[in-house]
Amino acid sequence: MTVRVQSGEGAALAHANRLVWGVHLAVAALLLLLQFVLPPFHHGMLARIMVLASYAIGYNLLLGYTGLMSLGHAMFFAAGMYGTGLTVYYLGFGALPAIVTGLLASIAVALVIGWITLRTTGVSFLIVTMMFAQAFFLATLYFNRITGGDQGLVLAGRLPPLHLGPLTLNLAQPGVKYNVALVVFTACVLLGLWLVRSPAGRVLVAIRENEERARLIGYNTFHYKWLTLTISGAVSGLAGSTYTLLFSYLGSSFASILYSIYPLLWTLVGGVGTIIGPLVGATMMTYVVDITSGYTTAYLIVVGAALVILIMRFPQGIMGAVRARWPQWVP
Amino acid sequence: MSFTGHLFLGLLEGGVSGLVIALTAMGLSLVFGVMRIVNVAHGEFFMLGAVFAWYFSSLTGSFYPALVAAPISVALVALLADRFILRPIRYAPEPTIVATIGLLYILQQLVLTFYGPYARPVAAPIYFRVDFPWFGYSGYKLVVAALAALLLAALWLVVTRTRLGLYMRATQQDREIAQAFGVPTERVYAAAFALGAVLAAIAGVLIVPVQQAHYLMGLDALLLSFMAVIIGGVGSLTGTLVAALFIGLIDGVMSVFFTPTLAKIVASLLVAFVLVLKPMGLFGEDRL
Repeated sequence: MTVRVQSGEGAALAHANRLVWGVHLAVAALLLLLQFVLPPFHHGMLARIMVLASYAIGYNLLLGYTGLMSLGHAMFFAAGMYGTGLTVYYLGFGALPAIVTGLLASIAVALVIGWITLRTTGVSFLIVTMMFAQAFFLATLYFNRITGGDQGLVLAGRLPPLHLGPLTLNLAQPGVKYNVALVVFTACVLLGLWLVRSPAGRVLVAIRENEERARLIGYNTFHYKWLTLTISGAVSGLAGSTYTLLFSYLGSSFASILYSIYPLLWTLVGGVGTIIGPLVGATMMTYVVDITSGYTTAYLIVVGAALVILIMRFPQGIMGAVRARWPQWVP
Repeated sequence: MSFTGHLFLGLLEGGVSGLVIALTAMGLSLVFGVMRIVNVAHGEFFMLGAVFAWYFSSLTGSFYPALVAAPISVALVALLADRFILRPIRYAPEPTIVATIGLLYILQQLVLTFYGPYARPVAAPIYFRVDFPWFGYSGYKLVVAALAALLLAALWLVVTRTRLGLYMRATQQDREIAQAFGVPTERVYAAAFALGAVLAAIAGVLIVPVQQAHYLMGLDALLLSFMAVIIGGVGSLTGTLVAALFIGLIDGVMSVFFTPTLAKIVASLLVAFVLVLKPMGLFGEDRL
């Protein structure tokens, strides 16, 4: 799980830089064009996949670039979801202020949880984040009079249309859904790309490779990890917030351990330490589940078998395998 | 019932469930320690133990054959998983997590297909009632606790007194050096994985008369054993035992005084903070 640092001097570096940004923007452009050719069903699927992939990108920022494996990201996703959904449901917030409250909620949770959990590393970090997420999940059940618990809350009809200058957008419309999802996804990709290629991102790679040495050079490694976890939590929260707005639903199941496992799965399937990997992983897994559930009720067997076979054939994930075979500018 | 009565009930319930958790967690700890892998499907071995127990006891009409047949069947499943999934990916840490998540799905779905979504009871093999000053208590639960304690003692003997135990400890300390000294590490891995699965399966069998068999019962078992292994310190079987009892007792006492959900919230937070303060666990080695 290494990030290939672009080597070369001057013009070569600038060229490689342009290529990397170009490739990522091309993926976004491809997604933009796809909406005109896709049949309605896949159109809706892809909108959902882009939101879930944004979540996985947030997750991958922490795993791929600091090496910390969390099993508690559902709490950030759900914090964004509840921060947005509850304000819409109870306070009648519009989409934009609701996204802001969702973001603030997930950032607040990430700041506190990060400050506590980053004292641990490795497997302990995995378990501590899992335990906090478990407490969060149980809390959403415990306060079910507000959160709706397992049943959740349905936002349909409560969300006022979004006014952006001269535009009036109804988030229930498929076309609007798709493009909002695309905007959020692209923003997450660009943020991830910028972070990784910024000086701070270089420090993160240094910390992942050798934390002792990075500290010796004089970097406050705790602050860098705290920052990354907060950004990772905020991106996950943004995804949760968008999910609620686009699909008009929030519920405890999104805070459960399963939703902490999903982004890990998508990331590992797609390739750790790549920005596009999570999109590939989320797309694969969502479609495998969808296609197989059309043929058999026992579709989880197929999902399980797909995971086992995939990891035996491509231990580095799909994008990792692609990158090993083709040029290294593959995203 | 008085406060003392409530407290005693909480401690008793907690102690019994703590010993059952210890059995499951010991299996996970063994696999974790010897093979250095996280087996996410461990809870499913617990579930399979319970489901096979229902199957064999309804087949034969008696609980006792199930007590032997169910763990053996689960051991076979574990051996197959080791041979055809884990060994080909060479027990690499991250691929193993994905592969065992896959295994978890496969096992759950197979049970759902062939056993169904029901929670089925199995009659306890023995009925008697133990009267305490405040309440009467199921004798079977006390037998379960005693059996679990006995098995834990037997495990300790296996690990410290037998050749297999020696091999496992050697492999845990340094796989390559152990191999250089002629330890058949591949077979040790398979044995450790099967033994871990058997421990979880036995816990599943013992708990069936109290809890009923259901295809989703593995997740709770997995979370609890995870907690026990990490709090106790990876690689320390003693630590796992102490931590499992600690978790059981906290959960038991909390459940008597608060609603179960609130009790679980407090227990989860407590576990998290123990780990934050002692990241290597209570009995952990320095390295990980």
